[in-house]
Amino acid sequence: MTSATAKATPPTWQPLCATADLVAYSGVAAWIETPKGPAQVALFYIPCGPNTPRPAGPMTTGDASQATELYAVDHHDPFSDANVIARGIVGDIQGEPVVASPIYKQHFRLSDGQCLEDETVRLRCWPLRLENGQVLIATD
Amino acid sequence: MTTPTPQDLIIIGNGMVGHHLVEQLIERGATEQYRVTVFGEERHRAYDRVHLSEYFADGDAQSLAMCDADFYAQNGIELRLHEAVTALDRDQGEVVTDQGRYAYDRLVLATGSYPFVPPIPGNDRENCLVYRTLDDLDAIRAAAKTATTGVVVGGGLLGLEAANALRGLDLDTAVVEFAPRLMPMQVDTEGGELLREKIEALGVQVLTGRATRHIEDGTASFHRMVFQDDKILETDLVVFSAGIRPRDELARDAALEMGERGGVAIDERCLTSDPAILAIGEVALWQNSIFGLVAPGYQMAKAAADTLLGGELTFEGADMSTKLKLLGVDVGAIGDAHGNQNPGARMFRYLDEIKQEYRKLVVSSDGKKLLGAMLVGDNATYDTLMQYYSNGLELPEDPAALILPSSEGAPTLGADALPEGATICSCHNVTKGAICETIDAGAIDLGAVKAATKASTGCGGCAALLKSVVDHELEARGVEVDHSICEHFAHTRQELYSLVRVEGIKTFSELIEKHGSPQTQGLGSSSAPKLGCDICKPAVASILASCFNEPITDAAHIPLQDTNDTFMANMQKNGTYSVVPRIPGGEITPSKLRVLGEVGEKYGLYTKITGGQRVDLFGAHLEDLPDIWGELIDAGFETGHAYGKSLRTVKSCVGSTWCRYGVQDSVGMAIRLENRYKGLRSPHKIKFAVSGCTRECAEAQSKDIGVIATENGWNLYVCGNGGMRPRHGELFATDLDDDALISTIDRLLMFYVRTADRLQRTSVWRESLEGGLDYLKKVVLEDSLGINEELEAQMQTVISNYECEWAGALKDPEKLKRFRSFVNDARPDPDIIVTEERGQLRPA
Repeated sequence: MTSATAKATPPTWQPLCATADLVAYSGVAAWIETPKGPAQVALFYIPCGPNTPRPAGPMTTGDASQATELYAVDHHDPFSDANVIARGIVGDIQGEPVVASPIYKQHFRLSDGQCLEDETVRLRCWPLRLENGQVLIATD
Repeated sequence: MTTPTPQDLIIIGNGMVGHHLVEQLIERGATEQYRVTVFGEERHRAYDRVHLSEYFADGDAQSLAMCDADFYAQNGIELRLHEAVTALDRDQGEVVTDQGRYAYDRLVLATGSYPFVPPIPGNDRENCLVYRTLDDLDAIRAAAKTATTGVVVGGGLLGLEAANALRGLDLDTAVVEFAPRLMPMQVDTEGGELLREKIEALGVQVLTGRATRHIEDGTASFHRMVFQDDKILETDLVVFSAGIRPRDELARDAALEMGERGGVAIDERCLTSDPAILAIGEVALWQNSIFGLVAPGYQMAKAAADTLLGGELTFEGADMSTKLKLLGVDVGAIGDAHGNQNPGARMFRYLDEIKQEYRKLVVSSDGKKLLGAMLVGDNATYDTLMQYYSNGLELPEDPAALILPSSEGAPTLGADALPEGATICSCHNVTKGAICETIDAGAIDLGAVKAATKASTGCGGCAALLKSVVDHELEARGVEVDHSICEHFAHTRQELYSLVRVEGIKTFSELIEKHGSPQTQGLGSSSAPKLGCDICKPAVASILASCFNEPITDAAHIPLQDTNDTFMANMQKNGTYSVVPRIPGGEITPSKLRVLGEVGEKYGLYTKITGGQRVDLFGAHLEDLPDIWGELIDAGFETGHAYGKSLRTVKSCVGSTWCRYGVQDSVGMAIRLENRYKGLRSPHKIKFAVSGCTRECAEAQSKDIGVIATENGWNLYVCGNGGMRPRHGELFATDLDDDALISTIDRLLMFYVRTADRLQRTSVWRESLEGGLDYLKKVVLEDSLGINEELEAQMQTVISNYECEWAGALKDPEKLKRFRSFVNDARPDPDIIVTEERGQLRPA
């Protein structure tokens, strides 16, 4: 099967923006080109204090003194059909980081994009990485 | 089967009680059985006579009306106003007016009463008036125009109401009472003395034990009143308000059975001696008593409706307990307040001559039951005492505790002590049992109980009692009443507010660090930082702004805001924003108006005039917002805070500058208020309006803060609302000068900011305040909590730190970085698609 081949291929990391473009405890949107076409992603940046143990998250910096969580999910809000997720409020519910849609206020888990109010709805997620002050995204 | 022919029912009198009968008949479907005709002698349809003095404050007869203009017609009832009935022809079964004769099968007399004018020579002189109808009030107002002094003859309930009205017309007012004290029916000698002191302190002269011998021409004034002891009093205007007499002349002429001193005798079914004829209200005499209050009249109306429909409901007399506020003075009388109807009754009395409060309990000889009570100066204990009295509850071991001052505030009756049948809300007749039923049916909080039963939605006087009953019943059912704002803080908004103020906390992270809920798991591990959520973050942002008013665009505050506050614009359903520049008071120069047009065209914006007298520009792309605002600010505009929980607009009418009716410069005041409070962050949005006269074209009574011009200054209405649940603002203070108006609003708004719940408008806040409007007045006008100086200082801090958020943001390239659709691409969001409609762009 072709998917087996795809899985074997290591992800291609493409540069997205500078870490300085991110807004702490909040989101920004970015434009990406993927093999399946263009997409809008919402990037969330949750820096932790210097003494915080490395939290579990999809991706962290290599620098343990600056433990950081970064998330990329769909910027498109499936409920309002508008591209607004990056402009929602970041928070935590039951210990899980979430973003609330600014239009109709549904919550989406940042770790996997799952909507907490509707189990049939889930945002796409992309892996992120930090390298030399750059944010990299795996688009395939 | 054939439908029986409807019978003719005639109701004579369209006062409050006559109108209540009509309502009862409609509610019970009696209009199928009866063709109803109502005769009213006055020009006005039924109006609220109890609140007659508000007519002077408002000048609006419509607001006193008991129903909409088409209410009668819509229900198929013929209302013949300004047509007095002159005779009853019982033989023919007809009533006679100057316009014709009308046949009846059943007849109800609801003719009410007239003011008693003592037989004093000179009582018919010009400018000797009475206080009963709207026309009377118009006559008093007309006479007051050329008068400087006024005297009310009669120091009872109605007399003091009339005195209040004269005072409101700026007359030097005196009250002359025949009895040795004021309100002889309701209070005793001590209470009367206290009442006199309080009323004299308001500048009203009180003369008791005075019988007027005659009235003649005055020298300094229009009249001279000469008393039995030859003393004299000069005045320009005399108002007689010395009690009422039943309007029973029709019944007397028709030879119905009458009382010795007047009144149409009725039985418990409200039937007169002629079974075709009923009588209700102040014309009716039941067991030799006339009831001069509206509540017994309503009970008679209910019984009469039932009688007309063949039911068995009876009128069994009425409790004459009353809770009044006369000239701003609380007076309460419950049951046998004088203790002279129950042999062997014992009394407790408490008199405080400093605070000027007097309370008296009349109890049974064994001290176990409350038989009556009297209150002067403070009605706080009235509701509790009324519960003991009307439900026959056993008194506590030391009944005196009920009237003694307590450091813990007024003692209230424990909710568990009340029997199921105890009436909690008398306006909507809701018992404790009915409340328990709604809780058992699933109502889990106060709001749900109020929605289901209407309890506490009338006068609101029972709010505190209702809350304690609901809390008690919920707890009894094992429901823990949780007031936490969200999972991150086990505190209410009010508690968070206090923590921020007392500890001087200036950031969200410090607050959640110090006071976050310990159960919160945090991220990944227990020691990881807590983020908060979309409930607590904006609430805390609002609290921080109310306290310190630092720019909301500062880095520490940005992640807290809703998108609207972050981007200082209102997000619309397609992800674009609307832009609303401030137009204070709705006043705008033609050249600034032109700028709005130019900006709208340049950026492809849909434009619409808002209800708040400004212009909304829709469809702005995120990346265009800074350029749009750059142009607006260059033209002299400021942000309008349409996106914030903050002051929105101060609507105004054009006022005395242009309008021939205006009495004050409403636009000038609106601009001053809008510029003062712009940028004030609050629990919810706040809207104001200022009207230049009582015609109220700015609709100020539907606003959180409503200001209406008077000849002497401004009347302030508070806590009104439009929207989903409209609420009329309540009159809070009258005839304020500019500075007094502003300091009152300063305090009221800051008190709201301090004590309201998250996203609670002033209307809901006001309804949830224990103690209601009276409490609010005490805090704001009388400084009962001693915080007014602090409230004003805090408002001054907010005002001094005001800065247009958009002007600040445009100077800061870091802040402007956020206004891009994509951090890595300059293109606008290609998914925003618009189409044209009626010459403008809208979302496709």
